[in-house]
Amino acid sequence: MSKFPVRSAIRDAMAEEMRSNPNVFLIGEEVGEYEGAYKVSQGLISEFGNQRIVDTPITEAGFTGLAVGASMGGLRPIVEFMTWNFAFQAIDQIINSAAKTYYMSGGLVNIPIVFRGPNGSALQVAAQHSHDLSALFTNIPGLKVVAPYDSADAKGLLKSAIRDPNPVIFLENELLYNEVFEVPEIDYSIPIGSANIKKSGSDITITSFSRGVHAALKAAELLEKENISAEVIDLRTLRPLDTNTIIKSVKKTNRLVSVEEGWMSSGIGAEIISEVTSKAFDYLDAPPERIAALNVPLPYASNLEKLCIPDQDNIFKLCRRLF
Amino acid sequence: MLKDKDYSNIIDELGGGRLLAKNLSKFTNIVLNEKTVYSWKQQGIPDRWKPSIIKLLLKAGGTIPQGFIPPGMSVNNFQDNSSLNTELLEKYDNFNENDISNKTLESFYEKMLYLRRFEERVGQLYGLGLIGGFCHLYIGQEAVSVGMEAAINKDDNVITGYRCHAHLLSRGASPYKLLCELMGKGDGISKGKGGSMHMFDPKNNFWGGHGIVGAQVPIGTGLAFASKYLNKPSLSLTYFGDGAANQGQVYESYNMASLWKLPIIFCIENNQYGMGTSIKRASAGTDLSKHGESFGIPGFAVNGMNPISVYLAAQKAVKWVREGNGPIILEMKTYRYRGHSMSDPAKYRTREEVQKMREEQDPIEFMKKKLVDKKIYSSKKLQSIDDKIRSEISNLAEKAINSNPSNEDDLYTDVLCEDYDE
Repeated sequence: MSKFPVRSAIRDAMAEEMRSNPNVFLIGEEVGEYEGAYKVSQGLISEFGNQRIVDTPITEAGFTGLAVGASMGGLRPIVEFMTWNFAFQAIDQIINSAAKTYYMSGGLVNIPIVFRGPNGSALQVAAQHSHDLSALFTNIPGLKVVAPYDSADAKGLLKSAIRDPNPVIFLENELLYNEVFEVPEIDYSIPIGSANIKKSGSDITITSFSRGVHAALKAAELLEKENISAEVIDLRTLRPLDTNTIIKSVKKTNRLVSVEEGWMSSGIGAEIISEVTSKAFDYLDAPPERIAALNVPLPYASNLEKLCIPDQDNIFKLCRRLF
Repeated sequence: MLKDKDYSNIIDELGGGRLLAKNLSKFTNIVLNEKTVYSWKQQGIPDRWKPSIIKLLLKAGGTIPQGFIPPGMSVNNFQDNSSLNTELLEKYDNFNENDISNKTLESFYEKMLYLRRFEERVGQLYGLGLIGGFCHLYIGQEAVSVGMEAAINKDDNVITGYRCHAHLLSRGASPYKLLCELMGKGDGISKGKGGSMHMFDPKNNFWGGHGIVGAQVPIGTGLAFASKYLNKPSLSLTYFGDGAANQGQVYESYNMASLWKLPIIFCIENNQYGMGTSIKRASAGTDLSKHGESFGIPGFAVNGMNPISVYLAAQKAVKWVREGNGPIILEMKTYRYRGHSMSDPAKYRTREEVQKMREEQDPIEFMKKKLVDKKIYSSKKLQSIDDKIRSEISNLAEKAINSNPSNEDDLYTDVLCEDYDE
């Protein structure tokens, strides 16, 4: 094991897949000569050249549609959105073109493509640069949605995403880019669709994904001090959701809290709780709960922003209330 | 005031009356007589020609006499900032109607007629309630698809919007599978899951069939990107309508295609109406072939009701693109006889307008006359071809009507490439 920040884990996944498949290419704004707005693609242009690390104009609808067409033409595009907020400009090409074509063509035309970039809030970038699109994409048949937390998962899941014959939404988090985690030194990938138990416990199940896992783990430490043993599940993939792992855990712990940084209504938590109440209702000793961003566009001011995003204390308090 | 001598000098500087007449005609599409131009030496250059002449003078590095520029304007108003090299495009202008073989002319008639009879049958089936949803017919526009297809190769990629039946047939898709798809049958090209607007035929390099107006344009640009990336000689023929031409992503595509010199023909089927809105009410600049100018993309308008004009224009465009010059825009001036879709009462235009187009500009009638005039086919032969096509389509329609509806087991297939857990 070596330690790498999430940023370079993502870069390494792309580089390794590009080395093994000449049809994989990266396209997006500032991915090449600038080496990535968040330096995720650092060094790639010097290795692969500007034919495969394609700097685009600021033209999200255009280059997203172009990438969909390129995938029809036999390529495997990795589309980087500088942040996922800008993908709203291109949402038609993601949903109507990428996600639906395989079905509408009766299985004749598949779209192998990865859409990736930082998702959700960062630090004081306000509403238009802080949107968490997780729940939105999990609503769409024909898409896979991945949201890793640590470096090893980011690398292993991105490699699977690039090899996947379907369109994959890959949600990163700007605040995790600098976080350092262990990464296996072997050649590996992690299958899409499997959750990971980050910490096992016996009294309550906490599910989360992406940066929310960090807060959930911290909350579990606080709970430990109160003699509450929390099991923390990193969902890793949001669609298809690994409900088996969640149900199995809830049957053991009999309590559930879902944590997400997106909004609560029609969110990931709603989906998880619905699954759990329908499949493990009799095992629940307390109402399943969810914690999410407050229902407002994310404000700019640091103190207001902090109020909106669930942290370890919010999670800790909510969990404790269930006993 | 300018003197006779000034006018004379200008005309001489621009190569004399003959050359100037030719160059002005190119600028404006108005055919000028060289004698008229010579007469300007004495009578003075009419005001309406001054802007074009100033542009030509600037291009030739000639001197513009005091008082020649219209009041309130300066030389800057006439500077040509476009990077277009129209002369370069002229080099590609050596395709001639006389070189078209009789066999090709015959095929134009047969193929257009096939598209017409197919769509007429589709219209009937829709009327009978056997086809549902949105259904857009190609009747009237046949010359475009047939003329373009004749100039490209099977390896080239074709993509269009929702008015896609004809382009599929031109590519070689199975008419039976199309009819089945339209009627929601298991034998449909998309197993009945796409319908009229969403049909794909990758074996024939046809990539849809797209229901969102204009969305196919960046996708078509991506097909061209892939050809270039993979060093394939294939080009992308990307169709869209005059309505789609107002979508932002069309201009995003022009920009990328020109920036990266992608092998793509943007073929605008200007049938004069985006659904119920005439082009004059929708586009600030109705000269759609010129919309690529600021991106450095050449383009020209073509009589899209004449398969020969379409074919000649297509050959020129194909050569331009294949030789690595990047994208080109063809604006096909065409017309649809039927409504935008089956549910369109077409109140935005008069019956007379439609009738006039049918009587005076119909591409199939044009080809009939051509074949008879050239003594390639007799009227009897024309009729027998029509009868054969009618009966073939009729038989296919019967077979499609009697085929099984879409298989319910297919409901959950093709969502993802692997098994899908609903």
